[in-house]
Amino acid sequence: MLLVTIVAMPFGNVMLGMGMKHAGTLSIWPLNMLWLTALHIFSTPAIWIGVAALIGWFISYALVLSWADYSFVQPATSLGYGVTALLSWLILREYVSPIEWTGIAIICLGVFVVGRTNLKTTAHPAAATEIAEQA
Amino acid sequence: MKDFILFTLIVVAGTGGELCVSRAMKSVGEAKGFHPVELARLILRALREPWMWLGVAMMASGFFALLGALAALPVSFVVPMTALSYVVGVFGGVTFLKEKVTRQRWIGVALVALGVSLVLLGRR
Repeated sequence: MLLVTIVAMPFGNVMLGMGMKHAGTLSIWPLNMLWLTALHIFSTPAIWIGVAALIGWFISYALVLSWADYSFVQPATSLGYGVTALLSWLILREYVSPIEWTGIAIICLGVFVVGRTNLKTTAHPAAATEIAEQA
Repeated sequence: MKDFILFTLIVVAGTGGELCVSRAMKSVGEAKGFHPVELARLILRALREPWMWLGVAMMASGFFALLGALAALPVSFVVPMTALSYVVGVFGGVTFLKEKVTRQRWIGVALVALGVSLVLLGRR
């Protein structure tokens, strides 16, 4: 289930990217063109696969959070940035330069570090003392 | 210029939306349990908060800006750029929600900023 959580969002983003590339020119003005653009976007199968994957991600994320701590799940999902680049390279044949791979790895590390910090930073002083005593 | 506007919308509207929803949920209070009736009451209370509506509108704007960016740019470039929301989120948390940020979190945010800068450099 954790694997689904890590892969579903990158896969959804890749599918949205694929769908939007096929949607052609996007016009938002005049307003009737906005309607036509929306119709064009939402008649692309890849967009619906992407939306379904993002809904799947949300459900799996909620399920994982029901049995695992957020401070464990959030750092694990930091891998998503790397998985997105990998899937873009594999499915969409996008070129990712070595500098970009390095940057993406550092982003994963940064998100991992952010996720390992305390969730609540505005705890009531009494509660904070209680937590410190328990520790 | 168009890309700059889209990324600003993705990061600022997306993170601003999350901050507004967070502010609304802090006013609503924590869920006492996961019983459907209790959850429905919580959602109804949340819908009475103007911050919630503003947050949802901003998050929707952020999503449509993401679709716009994905239409023109590679996914492997757009998604790492969205990590800037961690940087904006921390600054927003400090100024808007008066949260205290630990040194470890600042280090994480600095790493994200460094990574995003490298992705930008690599794409040029």
